[in-house]
Amino acid sequence: MSIMSELANRDQVFSFLTPTDSPVDVRHGPILYMEDVNVSFDGFKAINNLNLTIDDGELRCIIGPNGAGKTTMMDIITGKTRPDTGSVWFGSRHNLLQMNEPDIASLGIGRKFQKPTVFEALSVFENLELAMAADKRVFPTLTATLKPEHRERIDAVLETIHLKDLRDHPAGILSHGQKQWLEIGMLLMQRPRLLLVDEPVAGMTEQEMERTADLLTSLAGKQSVVVVEHDMGFVRSIARKVTVLHQGSVLAEGTMDQVSNDPEVIKVYLGEDA
Amino acid sequence: MWLTRPLQERSTQLFLGILFMALLVVSVLHVALPEGHALHVSAYTVTLLGKYLCYALLAVAVDLVWGYLGILSLGHGAFFALGGYAMGMYLMRQIGDRGTYGDPVLPDFMVFLNWQELPWYWYGFDMAWFAFAMVLLVPGALALVFGWLAFRSRVTGVYLSIITQALTFALMLAFFRNEMGFGGNNGLTDFRDILGFNLRTDEVRLGLFIATGIALALGYLVCRAIVTSKLGRVSVACRDAEARTRFLGYRVERVQLFVFVVSAMLAGVAGALYVPQVGIINPSEFSPLFSIEIVVWVALGGRATLYGAVIGAILVNYAKTVFTGVMPDAWLFALGALFVLVTVFLPQGIAGLLKKRRKPIDVGSGPSQPATAAEATP
Repeated sequence: MSIMSELANRDQVFSFLTPTDSPVDVRHGPILYMEDVNVSFDGFKAINNLNLTIDDGELRCIIGPNGAGKTTMMDIITGKTRPDTGSVWFGSRHNLLQMNEPDIASLGIGRKFQKPTVFEALSVFENLELAMAADKRVFPTLTATLKPEHRERIDAVLETIHLKDLRDHPAGILSHGQKQWLEIGMLLMQRPRLLLVDEPVAGMTEQEMERTADLLTSLAGKQSVVVVEHDMGFVRSIARKVTVLHQGSVLAEGTMDQVSNDPEVIKVYLGEDA
Repeated sequence: MWLTRPLQERSTQLFLGILFMALLVVSVLHVALPEGHALHVSAYTVTLLGKYLCYALLAVAVDLVWGYLGILSLGHGAFFALGGYAMGMYLMRQIGDRGTYGDPVLPDFMVFLNWQELPWYWYGFDMAWFAFAMVLLVPGALALVFGWLAFRSRVTGVYLSIITQALTFALMLAFFRNEMGFGGNNGLTDFRDILGFNLRTDEVRLGLFIATGIALALGYLVCRAIVTSKLGRVSVACRDAEARTRFLGYRVERVQLFVFVVSAMLAGVAGALYVPQVGIINPSEFSPLFSIEIVVWVALGGRATLYGAVIGAILVNYAKTVFTGVMPDAWLFALGALFVLVTVFLPQGIAGLLKKRRKPIDVGSGPSQPATAAEATP
């Protein structure tokens, strides 16, 4: 069936003609393109006709009430969840639905999880070392040696995420906020084109939040950053463009002011009676 | 060269130094002192120590997958026994026509079963190089196939432990059958020569003891090289947060497969050195209980240290020798009590005691919750 539909579908080249190991192509603008994506879990529609485009170098905030499908959306992009229908493209060449998690990661999509997961038994430095973009197959990893330029890169990232003093301490002793930064640092080591950041400031102090905001805004431009966050104050402080998700599809999109004045958004956030 | 890198570490130098000193002292005391002298080490003791060293190598192999990769294999006895059988088949073929039935080709048990010709899988085992290659390849191939199926399906944790246990149990049942062609429940025994040397002389026994010591040193070095490499840190990462490691772009199942196969091969070598020293290999080495015992050695010695596994294996087996001599019925109780006491009072094993005096931070010493704890929350 799929072959027949492929043959009939003449608005694209045949899929076997599209190169798969080529660099990410963003000449047409968007780095991430999701169209008509649907996912249901046991009949519950987690994602419902989702359409979303992220431009190259953009910093995008995604907000939405609980269960709006924010995390599921990230799962789809990183290959953890397969959508029932729809298409997801990275640049205009890479069909993410045909790739597995490690391939997507090495293509340049980095993800920071809601709950920080760093390797607690390894030192801060080693955490970054493992995250570094490198040949990650078994034998090259076995014989890998750390070159001076690698050390410099790791030290530079340590500087960025303010963990230089804790370089050789096990990541298990870090505070919650420091673990969040270490995670972001690990993402940076992968030299990603697209950063997916899930609730970066959950559980952070005011001061830590400010630093995180600085960190994320400084990354935009060099990388595309997608931030999923509940904290409205934080979103307001970093956002240029905001997308509101509700019940698995896009409810509104625009600047923070546009979005927060949208009657639909107010209704969803404040309840039916507002 | 990544393999020689651990030689620059103090801990490895210390370990190898102690090991080679022990080999030297035992050899000198055995050869130089006359029998009856208070410090003379008898041939019996030399062989016993050789056996301990085989167990130590086996424990190192288990520690590599359990301590650093978080895979609790309850079936490493299977790889040990397969290595042992490969060596046993070679030793059987070396008997030649000196067996009870005097058949130049067929081992005694085959003549007894009225078999007319050698089964195809016994071909080649009259050649030492082939048999020694099989010592590595057979356990390695089993680990490769088994691991590929298990890790590809992301079977980990308790489930993996259970199927490794089932693997060794299934092999035990298979090897008990006479039709398998491995001597049934009697196994392979009555060995005479190895590489042309008479196995029953004291010199050859000492040689085997020293060979085992060298094998342990090499095995330790290989494991140490792996765990100090970047791959070793990736293994620890897989152990503590498998999903996270995958998102970093590592193929977790291939890392697991590689380490598992290396470990199985080391276990095979340990089995191959064990067989000529104890003089017999039978299906009881496949017994699930034996595989669990190995895990107890490693737990007692201290996980994720490698040298802890060596200490644990030697101490427990020494205690076993003493106890089963003094009061055989109490041994299992003693082992159980030891296990409980160490788990409660020394969660990091004996190595934990040694480590307390040294630097407080070590790669392997961190908490190692099963991967589920670190699984990404939806």
